[in-house]
Amino acid sequence: MSKITFDATFKNLDEIREFVGEAARQVGFSDKEIYSIQLAADEASSNIIEHAYAGMTGGKLEIELSVSAHELKIMMRDRGKSFDPSSVPEPNVKADLSERKIGGLGMYLMRKLMDEVTYESSPETGNILTMVKRLGDGG
Amino acid sequence: MEVTTKRFKNCDMVVLNGRVDSSTAPQLAEALEGVTGSGRYKIVMDMSGLEYMSSAGFRALLASQRLCKRYNRGEIVLASVPERIQEALELAGFTELFKTYADPVDAVGSF
Repeated sequence: MSKITFDATFKNLDEIREFVGEAARQVGFSDKEIYSIQLAADEASSNIIEHAYAGMTGGKLEIELSVSAHELKIMMRDRGKSFDPSSVPEPNVKADLSERKIGGLGMYLMRKLMDEVTYESSPETGNILTMVKRLGDGG
Repeated sequence: MEVTTKRFKNCDMVVLNGRVDSSTAPQLAEALEGVTGSGRYKIVMDMSGLEYMSSAGFRALLASQRLCKRYNRGEIVLASVPERIQEALELAGFTELFKTYADPVDAVGSF
């Protein structure tokens, strides 16, 4: 298990992807899967920085990685605004150019790229987003 | 990320290198606005040197594609899209919105 607390700024996305990518390599994921995991972690972090900490400065993003023989678990904690993931409409990825909306695409990609995405929030714990990717599920 | 633009007779080429994420996507948007702002709407994105693109990059491409396709005055086409990025674009349903060419030269020739 390893844990890093990042300043919640877009400039740290490179470092966040490296941190997550290194753990994914340890589990033994393929390059394609590592890319997917890094993309999911980036989308999750970007959402936290952009939405949870909207209008705030000095926010922190704590990322805890648990590596096992079969899976990688990523937990992201923030103390920004909480949100209800079920309120994020799934984007229509078949819509025409004029109808296409970009909102919700990050969450959509996270759900497609990872095996599990869960979210919980309480005043004590803050917001916790957990994503799991298992070995051997393909993709 | 590095972004450079080249002007051809019938189109402009935007060459992307490195990684596009929420931190660097504004540079991509700015480069595209530089081209469209000069009244040119036929754009080839040379993505051969691109290592990574998140939905922040997709968002920049989508906004410019809308602008370029308005009044049928042009469009953005993609060239030499690396496999990983192609897969992410497919997942997001973006491959329906952009013509894709294996070679930037063919993409330029399409205009």
